[in-house]
Amino acid sequence: MVDEILQSKNDLKMQIKNLNFYYGTHQVLKNINLIIKSNAITAIIGPSGCGKTTFIRTLNRMNDIILGTKIEGDILLDNKNIYGDIDVVEIRRKIGMVFQRPNPFPKSIFENIAYGLKINNLTVNKGELKERVEVALRDAALWEEVKDRLNTPALDLSGGQQQRLCIARALAVQPKVILFDEPCSALDPIATSKIEELIQKLKERYTIVIVTHNMQQAARASDYTAFLMLGELIEFDITEKIFTTPTQKITEDYITGRFG
Amino acid sequence: MNKRRVKEKLAYSFLITMISIIILSIGIMFYFIISRGIRVINWEFLTQMPRKAMTAGGISPAILGTFYLTMGAICFALPLGVSSAIYLNEYAIQNRLIRIIRVSINNLAGVPSVVFGLFGLAIFVKFLNFGVSILSGSLTLGILILPTIIRASEEALSAVPNSFREASLALGATKWQTIQKIVLPNSFSGILTGAILSIGRAAGETAPILFTAVTFYSMRLPKSIFSEVMTLPYHIYALMTEGTNPESQVPIAYGTALVLVLLVLGLNLIAVILRNQFRRSKKW
Repeated sequence: MVDEILQSKNDLKMQIKNLNFYYGTHQVLKNINLIIKSNAITAIIGPSGCGKTTFIRTLNRMNDIILGTKIEGDILLDNKNIYGDIDVVEIRRKIGMVFQRPNPFPKSIFENIAYGLKINNLTVNKGELKERVEVALRDAALWEEVKDRLNTPALDLSGGQQQRLCIARALAVQPKVILFDEPCSALDPIATSKIEELIQKLKERYTIVIVTHNMQQAARASDYTAFLMLGELIEFDITEKIFTTPTQKITEDYITGRFG
Repeated sequence: MNKRRVKEKLAYSFLITMISIIILSIGIMFYFIISRGIRVINWEFLTQMPRKAMTAGGISPAILGTFYLTMGAICFALPLGVSSAIYLNEYAIQNRLIRIIRVSINNLAGVPSVVFGLFGLAIFVKFLNFGVSILSGSLTLGILILPTIIRASEEALSAVPNSFREASLALGATKWQTIQKIVLPNSFSGILTGAILSIGRAAGETAPILFTAVTFYSMRLPKSIFSEVMTLPYHIYALMTEGTNPESQVPIAYGTALVLVLLVLGLNLIAVILRNQFRRSKKW
C-alpha cells in the first residue's frame, strides 16, 4: 500500500522509518513506517491510547521534553533526519504544532502572534512585524474578528477563536509542516467546521498532519489516512480507499464503528 | 437522630471555641503592644537618634539598620534563590541527587535561627573577615530566607501551565527563551509575594544578626556596608535587658515593638494584596 503512494517520490515531505518509541520500558510505537506527502492532509486515526498523540509529537521532537522516553528509527524532513545532527529548535520552527486544547499565551492577541517572530528574529522592524502578524491572522481566518482589538488579552477570545489564534501563531513563523493534535476536541461543532475549512485552505501552502478520533473528520478532511492501533500502523492509504475498501478486517471494524 | 444533632452542636461549639481562643490571643497581643507602644510614637520617635543612654529620643538608627539588613539580605537571596528555583524546576532531571538537594533546602528552613547566627559569625565575620557589619548580617539573613524564597519561587514556576511551555517550544523557542519570556513573566507575582514575605521574616529575626551585624548603641548612622548597625528587634532586646532606667526604657521598647510589628504586618499586607491581584488577573 505504501509502495503505491511512494511511486511519485517528488512530493514527499516527511518519511518515518522503523520508528519505535518507549516510555521507560513500555513500548508505545512499534516499527512505524509512513510517508507524509507535500501539500496534502494526512490523518492519523485510531482508538484512544493507540499512540496517535505520541506519534505526532515525535514528528517535531516534542517528546524530547518528556523524561524517560526513548526513540529509535529515523524521521526525515526533506530527506534530512530530524533526529540527526541538527538543531532541535530549528526543527520545531519548521514543523509547527497546534495542540488539543487552545493554549494562547496570557498576552495580547498581537503579542501572541508576534512572539514566534520575535524569538526567531524573523522580522527587522516594527512595520514588518505588524504586517506579518496581520498576514498570519488573515491566513488563519481570524483577522476580521480581531482587527479592532489586537491589544486585548487573547484569553478573552472564544475557544474556537483561540484555536485559530494558535494556528495563526504557528503560521507566523512560516513552517513547512503543521501538526494538528486533535485540534477540535475541545470545540463545538460550528468552531470545528471553521477549523476544518481553514485546514483545507492551508494545505495549498503547507503540509498537514492531523490526529483525530473523529472518523467523519478524517474521512471528509484528509487526503491520506493512517490507522494506528496499539502502537502499530495497521493500514495506510489514500483516505477514500481506507474508508471504502480497507484491506484489513480490523480497519473496517474500526471505521464502521464496531469498536472505538 | 437527636444524638447526632447533639454531637454536631458539640463539635461546632468546640471548633468555635478554639478559633475564638486564637483570635482572642492575637487581639490581646495587639492590644497590649499598641496600648503600651502608641504613647511614645510620634514623628520625633521615628526620625531622631536615641538620647541620654537610650532613655529618651528616637529609634531612627534602628529603623534604618533593619532596612539596610533586610534589603541586603533580599539583594543576596533573591537572585540566588530564584536561579536555584529555575534550575530545579525547569532544567534539573528529577533524579536522586535533585531529591537530596530539595530535602536539604527544606531542612535548611528548619535550622534554628541562632545556628545561622553562629554560622555567619564563623564564615562572614571571622573567616571572610567582614567583621560585625551590615554585610555579614545581610548575608546571614540572606541564607536564612533562602529556603523560603526557593520554595515560593518553585511553587510559582510550577504553577505556570506546561501547555505554555509546549506552545513556546513548538514555535522554535529555546528553553531559555521560554523561561525568560513565558515562564518568568507568568510567575513573577508569585515570586515577588514570596520575596516580600521573607523580607518580613528577616526584619523580625534577632538571633542571626546578634553576632554578625548589630551593636548595642551607636552614636551615628552607619557609613558603609562594613559598619555595625542598630536594628529594631535587637533594640527591644537591649532596652529590656540592659541599662539602668527601666521606667523610661520599657515604653521605648514597646514603641519599638509596635514599629516592628507594623512594619512586618505592612509587608505581609502588600504580599496578600499582590497575591490577590495576581489571582484575579490569572485566567488559565
